Formats: sequence, C-alpha cells, structure tokens
Amino acid sequence: MSSLVKCPHCGLRPREEFTIRGEVATPRPAAGADEAAWFDHVYLRDNPRGEHREYWHHSGGCRRWLVLSRNTLTHETSEVVDASTLKSEGGA
Amino acid sequence: MTSFRIDGGTLIDRNDVRRFTFNDEALTGFGGDTVASSLLANGKQLVGRSFKYHRPRGILTAGAAEPNALLTIGRDGRRGPNTRATMAELFDGLEARSQNCWPNVNFDIGAMNGVLGPLLGAGFYYKTFMWPAAFWEKVYEPLIRKAAGLGRASYDPDPGYYEKCWAHCDLLVIGAGPAGLAAALTAGRAGARVVIADEGAHLGGGFLAEGSPLGGKPADAVLADIVGELHALPNVEIKKRTTVFAAYDDQVFGAVERVQKHLPEHEINPHRAMERLWRIVARKVVLATGAEERPIVFGGNDRPGVMMAGAMRTYLNAYGVAPGKRVALFANNNQAYQTAMDLEARGIDVAAIIDPRTCPNTGYDGKARMIAGAMVRDTAGRKAIKSITVRHDDGRDEVIAVDALAVSGGYSPIVHLACHRGGKPVWSDEHVGFMPPESTDGMTPCGAVAGKTGIAACFAAGGAAAVTALAELGVMGEAASLPDIKQGDEKTDHIQPIWSVPSSKGKAFVDYQNDVAASDITLAMREGYDHVELAKRYTTNGMATDQGKTSNVNAIGILAENKGVSPGEIGTTTFRPFYTPVSFGALVGASKGMEFQPVRKSPLHGWAERNGAKFVETGLWYRSSWFPKDGETFWRDSVNREVKAVRSKVGVCDVSTLGKIEVFGADAAEFLNRVYCNAFLKLPVGKARYGIMLREDGFVYDDGTTSCLGENHYFMTTTTALAAGVLTHLEFCAQVLWPELDVRLASATDQWAQMAVAGPKSRDVLAKIIDEDISNEAFPFLAAREVSMFGGRLKGRLFRISFSGELAYEVAVPAGYGESVADAIMAVGEEFGITPYGTEALGVMRIEKGHVTHAEINGTVTPADLGMGKMVSVKKDDFIGRVMNLREGLVDPDRPSLVGIKPKSPSDKFATGSHILNPGDAVSLANDQGYVTSMCHSPTLGHAIGLALVKNGPSRHGEEVVIWNGLAGTTVNGILCDPAFVDPENEKLHA
Repeated sequence: MSSLVKCPHCGLRPREEFTIRGEVATPRPAAGADEAAWFDHVYLRDNPRGEHREYWHHSGGCRRWLVLSRNTLTHETSEVVDASTLKSEGGA
Repeated sequence: MTSFRIDGGTLIDRNDVRRFTFNDEALTGFGGDTVASSLLANGKQLVGRSFKYHRPRGILTAGAAEPNALLTIGRDGRRGPNTRATMAELFDGLEARSQNCWPNVNFDIGAMNGVLGPLLGAGFYYKTFMWPAAFWEKVYEPLIRKAAGLGRASYDPDPGYYEKCWAHCDLLVIGAGPAGLAAALTAGRAGARVVIADEGAHLGGGFLAEGSPLGGKPADAVLADIVGELHALPNVEIKKRTTVFAAYDDQVFGAVERVQKHLPEHEINPHRAMERLWRIVARKVVLATGAEERPIVFGGNDRPGVMMAGAMRTYLNAYGVAPGKRVALFANNNQAYQTAMDLEARGIDVAAIIDPRTCPNTGYDGKARMIAGAMVRDTAGRKAIKSITVRHDDGRDEVIAVDALAVSGGYSPIVHLACHRGGKPVWSDEHVGFMPPESTDGMTPCGAVAGKTGIAACFAAGGAAAVTALAELGVMGEAASLPDIKQGDEKTDHIQPIWSVPSSKGKAFVDYQNDVAASDITLAMREGYDHVELAKRYTTNGMATDQGKTSNVNAIGILAENKGVSPGEIGTTTFRPFYTPVSFGALVGASKGMEFQPVRKSPLHGWAERNGAKFVETGLWYRSSWFPKDGETFWRDSVNREVKAVRSKVGVCDVSTLGKIEVFGADAAEFLNRVYCNAFLKLPVGKARYGIMLREDGFVYDDGTTSCLGENHYFMTTTTALAAGVLTHLEFCAQVLWPELDVRLASATDQWAQMAVAGPKSRDVLAKIIDEDISNEAFPFLAAREVSMFGGRLKGRLFRISFSGELAYEVAVPAGYGESVADAIMAVGEEFGITPYGTEALGVMRIEKGHVTHAEINGTVTPADLGMGKMVSVKKDDFIGRVMNLREGLVDPDRPSLVGIKPKSPSDKFATGSHILNPGDAVSLANDQGYVTSMCHSPTLGHAIGLALVKNGPSRHGEEVVIWNGLAGTTVNGILCDPAFVDPENEKLHA
C-alpha cells in the first residue's frame, strides 16, 4: 500500500494522515429505488486483485474525502481525486 | 590467557583501554573494538551454544549477518538480548553474556541434544512428539521451549528515550563502502541533497578490511580523505550506525539509527534518543549494500575457530586481531586468497590453502601449501578447532593441525532492499549468486551487490550509478574517482560452486542459527517439501534473527543440486522487512507510558480538580466522574449525594467533552434534515431539537441536540464517544453524497467549555449571571440562543435541555473562560446549595429518567427499539438509513425494545449484561427475552433500577421476569416497567 499519498489539495503526504473507508460502492440509490439496489449499495463489496477504487479521508490534513485508485497487486496508485467529483460523473 | 592482539588495526585506539565482562569474567579491549573483536583478542573463540543441539559456537562473521555470536548485552532495563557481538561496539563497563546454555557456556547440559540428534532432525516437532497427544502441552512443549531458544527479554522497562523522524533527500545512498562513498561524493559535489546511511560505526565498508595501500597511500588514509570531504559538504547527511531495514512503496525507506546504544551508562544523555526510527523519502536511491560471503557446508563447519575469510581479514586489518597461530583457508574463489596474503604479511602461519578447483589461476604467490581439487570434510576439537580433515582429489584423507580455518564459498549480493517491494532476485551463473532484480524502480544497485569485486571497480561503479541517478533528476554530475590504483581486481574471478561437501563427515551445517544441517534439507526433499518456501518452513532454514543471510543461498544450492536444476529454477524465499532485527523501543518510539496516547483535558479540568474531582479515562478524555467530600469513603456515597442535590436543589456538571459541530450554509437545514431521521427543516431560530442519526443500514448511529442559532447557522452536539466519527460521517455526506448542498462543517468541541446547570434552582442560579430574562415564558424548554452574561462582559450560549430530567440548562462559553465561569456559577449558586456532580451522577439520573446512551445505542437497535419509532419521519423523501430502516427484520414487533427493569424485592441487585427470562423457563437461547443494558442504584427510589432491551418490552410493563446473570450464576426476580422512573410526565422539565 502507498506510503505517500498525493492529496489533490495538500500534495504528497504520509499515509498515516489518511483514514481508509473502503471500496467505492455502487452509487447511493435514489430515494425511490428498490431494496435490492440498497442492499448492493450498503453491503456488496468487491475484493479485487488489481485495480481498486477506495474512499480515503484526509483526516489528519484538509479533511476532504478522496477517491484513490490503486492496484492491490502492484501497490501502484494511479489517481487521487476529490470525492465530490464522483457525483458529477454519475455515482457516489 | 593468550592474547591474540597483534600490531596494527586501523579502527582501534590502543590508548583507550576499555574494561568489560563476558560471562562475569573481567576482560579488556580498546576503543573502536566490537564485542566480537575484543572477545577474539582475548582468545574467546567459544561464545555461545547453538539453538537446538547446544553445540559450541564461535564468531563466524564480522558484520550484520552473524548467526552464532548472539549475546545478551547490558543489564536491567537496558538489557538487549540476541545482540550480535559483531555489531555491538565495546564500551567501558559493558556486560555481555552467552545465551542458550546452562549452567554455562563451557559445560552445557543441553549438549546432550547432540546425542539425541537423530530425533531432532527436520520437522521433528511434527513427528517425534506426536504421541500421546496429551503430552504435547504439558510435557513436550515446555521441555522444548526450555531447551531451545535465544536470549530473554528484560522484564524491566527500558529507561531510554526513543523517537521517530522523517528525512527527505534527492539521493539516498544505502551502504558506505567504496561504491556508496563514491556515489555520495559524486552527488554531493553536484549539489544534490544526499543521505548516506551505513549500519556500521565507521564509514568505509570494504576499505576497512583493506590491508594493502591504494595508489601508494594507506587504505585508511584514502578513506579519511573521502569521509573528510563528505563531512565538509553541507548538502550531505551522513548517518552512521544506521541500518536501512526496509524499502516501502513510494520510495520510502525505514531506517534505525542507533544513537546512543554504544555508550556506557554515564555517557548516555537522557534527553537524547537511544535510537531513532527514520522514514526516509528519497527521489532516487543508490543501493550499495555489498555482498555477503557464503560459508561452505562441510562436516564440523560450525566449530569455533571456523570463520568467514573476509571476516578474518577485517579482524586482522581493522582490529589488529589474529584469528590463530596456524590458519588454513578453504575457498573456491580468488578473492579469498587476499586473506591468506594478509595473514602471511602479519607473520601468521598459513598451514594450507584447500581449493576445490583443480587448477585455480589465483595469482597467489605466498608461502602456503596449495592443495587443489580438495575439500575439507571434517574438523576436530572439543570447544575450538584443533585440526581439519582434507579429502584429496585422489580420495586420500589428510589431517592438518590448525587453530583457525578461513572459509569462503563465494559471495551473495545483499539484495534484500531491492526485493522488499516484491521484486525477485535473478540467478547469475557468472557470479554464482542471486543478483538484484532488473527493474528496481528508482533504485540503482552498484558495487558488490551488482557483482563487482575490488575497491577500484566498486568505487567506479558507485560514481557511475550516482551520475545516472542525478541525470534522471536533471542534475549534471561527474563521477568521483580514486587516485591511481593498480590493485584493480578487474580480473574475472572464477568461482566454482560447492553447495555442500559430498564427503562430509558428521553434521554439515547450512543454517548455523537454526541448527539446520545439509541432511535436514535432503530429508525435507525426500518427504516432499522440496519447494523452497516449504523447505524453509519444514527445516526452519533461514528463519530467526539472521533470516538466513549466510544460509539461504547454500540451502537453495543444495535443493537445486539434488533436483538437478539451476538454483535460479529453485528461486529464493520472499524478502520482507526487516533486514536485521529492530528493537521494540525504536518501533514504539515516544508512544509509551503517559505518551502512549494524547491526554484530552476539558477546559474545566482545573475547575474540577479544585473541587476534588475523581477522574475517569473515557477514550482520550479525562472526565470528572464524582466529587468526594470529607467523610465519603465509597464512591457511591458521593454519587448518591450529588444526585439528591440535583434532584432537590441544583448541581453543575462539566459536559464539555460532548462533540460540538458548527454547521453553516444556505442548505444547512436541508443537510440536517437528511442526516437525521427526524425532521429538522423547520427548526426555528432560537430552538434546540433532539435528533437521531441512523446509519445507512437503518440502525441508530448517534444522538444529540442540534440548535438553530441563526439563519443558516446550526450548532450540533454529539455523544462524547462519537464526536470524531460523526464529523467524519457528516463530511462524507456533505462532500461525497451531496456535494451540491451549500453546507460547511467545523468541529468546535475544543472551542467551547460547556456545563450543565440542573435542578429546581438552576434558573435562580443562572439568573444571577445571565443578563437576559430566562423565565419559563421567555426561555422555555428547548430554547437555545446566544446570551449576554456578567453585565455584558461575556457572550455565551444558553440551551434549555436536560439529560437529568430536571429543569436544566447547558451554558457554553469560549473555552478560555470556562473555569472562571464555572467558579462564578459555584459562587452565585452557593446560597442555593449548588453541588458539582460528575459523570456517574449524570449516568444515574439519565437511567432514572430513561434516557439512552451508547449502552443502549449499541449498533443493533432502531429508533423504534428505543421507544422513539414515532420520531422517524415518514414524510421526508430521503435521509440516511430511511430505506434500510424499513426492512422486514427491523420492523418486526417482536424485536427487543426499551423497557425499565427493577428487582421484585427492593434489596436485590442485578448486573448489566444479565439476560431476561420468563419465570419458570430454562436458561436457553430460545427462551431468551432480552438483556439489561444499564443499571444503577437509584438514590431517588432507594433501590436498583435498570434499562433493558426486551422482546415486546413496552407492552409488558408490570410483568414479572427472571434476571439471569450467567457469569455469576445467579438469578433475581425482577419486574418490567416504564423506563422513565422519575417524572414520567415531564413536569420538572417544563417547570
């Protein structure tokens, strides 16, 4: 796992400043969505070998929620973006 | 005792005599010595006993790889077990002890294991002690644990101080031998920020063992010039005694610097770290870790006096220690011949050079007898070597008397740091060793780790590696060079691999530290454990503190030879941090004792102390739990008095630890409406509301009050425990789920001192310090607004909310004013009999009132379970947890729900966690009706009361039940009741 994380707001910071929430699940269903969609959103998580997107909170820094894309096999982090951009891309 | 100290020794200072003890025997050495070099100088070849067979063992190496000479050094809290004598610097007054021997190293009863040897082969614990099974735990395991093992940790706390630091550099150079020094010099001259780290006490690596002049100048003088220039460069940071032990992702390296471990007690500065744990962030890395000389596996190769050839050369040249008077060399490569030459140059008799190569072209022109095409097959001597048996190429055996044997089986590049991130080393037939992986991600291996031999070649390689690394950083550099050196060593060395001597007599050790012999490896193969990772675990080869530095490649070679494949096909086991053992002290750093975690003190802490509070740790907080008065010997005496005072007069309690979050923004109301399950959209300015937050899965997350202090400004309180969690949750909602909402959040927990003033007289007390009208009409229940205090001298916030169930207010003032305001409240409240009360009394009163805390909000309850189902909005479109809260299982009317419980007989007591059963029912899960979540002694009612979650609880008020305590094995008859034991009509609240 990354030792240093490039926070889009603070730059390269040590991993210890971040808190990991877990996988970016399916987008939060609309109010009227059926139960199955909610079950997927609340409970279903993948545990991939390879590319993985996770919510990381810069809890010891700017306190922004980030989406970190990393490869669980190579530990390579390909992208870190502010999580608020997710919704405009169709899913948070 | 014969002294083995001879002339010379570039590292020692003969004017600095240092006294030390070894197994209580008083000995002396010199400044600059290691414990190993001073023991050898004192003729101590036998320093310990082996792990399993308790065989006598001596000093094998002169460095980090030492498998045998592990000593316990120091005493009391500074005692360091398993300290490598080869790395420990000698200081005056040092105490060293052998390990794993009883009663002493010279006479060890455990050596009987040697006789039992046949029973203790590979996998012995899986086989020998299988039967009878009951014997394992009581007989076999304690026996094995007593017999096998290394040093014991001290039970005393380490008085030393440890710390952790970060360092950043353009170029990290790992290892300060010829290659590393050249790299650091090259990059340093070019102006790059350089960190050069070496595990030794002296920079130099291969320079230190060098006995011959370099370019007409003594090697130590050449070294001194280089080190002098590095010291003068302000952009080069030199870290001696610093082991880079791990390579982590993103070019972050772990290193431990032993700052004061080499100093005698009286020289230790208590304000300075003993060790420092570094995390070094490097843009580029030059790996110059060198190569480890490999032992040869032959019969009796573990006898004290058998030593690596390079180590022998180091002791000779750097420490002025002769390994013996008559020495033999057993080597399969040309480099090792330098040891024979240096021995002869010092007038030490080299009895023979045994070389398995049939016609080695070594260039050696010394006096020693050459025995080509031969191998050492056995050694003799009880506690130290007396002779070797040589098997000639014609099959004839010859016994040669020697008192030391230098061994060299080739060189294994120290590739660990190049492999920590998952890279696999690559076998090279040319170098007869595993080389660093080809792609090492910003790391350039150079010098001996890359297969170079000789100082000149390594120095040149280091300079070139730095130039390459600098170019990648856009910096021009010119490789540093050495003065003209003839001792080029560029000639290729032909190494003939011998993984184990076939004619070995007796045990031929592969792994000294774990007592793994060649026969154990072949046994593992025969039993099917021929994969390198399986063989390691079956035989324990390569485990423990040295992690197979001297043994792994030989073990792989033996596996390969027996399978008829190349060692490259066998491959290595996985390299993981740490390279060498790191003390717990360094890893813990400053986080111990009171510094284990931060202490959070309320802004009213001093006030509580002055009023005699007893504190309780809740999370990081120190909360005042009760305020004993003279004559009160039992905590409950104080709590009962405090409760009665609040219920009849007035009390004041510090509630500053509750989480406080300021919520701003045009959409703040909408935001609150979505995070709470109850409605918040229409909360008017000047009003507080109790709110319940759900998790998205529909269960209750946290509760608290939120007040509207102005348009688009809200003030939320959370429970103490979830202050941080709720803020994080709200940030997630605001930033990720609804970034379109205009809402801003700020933690204000530490900014406000907040106190509850509760009791029938609370209004009378507060009226004396609050400038505005706070009558019931002007400031009714759930009023909340900013108020002027003390005649306009202070602005605070006043909330009419109550956890105790009494007429009550919470007053918040800026943290710095907290103590003054609390003192003022005590002063004006004196005439009303005001009493400070703590969290215990608060807890009693909330149970009396039937208010819930996280004892009830335990992650398995819904609002309905807590009797607050009606609060959950059915009008709102969306809020966190809305859909999942309506799931079938969560709306089941049979769910355990909140109920009060009291003993049938008022003198009976019961415990939190007790389960509820119907009278006459057997104790079983099927009959379980629920459990007690909270209980206390109610001073108001005069008996025990509790809250419980019971199936259908609310419809069962008045029902008799059995309260079963499975831990204590007791049952008490109880009665279910309304959870509001006090003032169920809320008359006091609205008074």
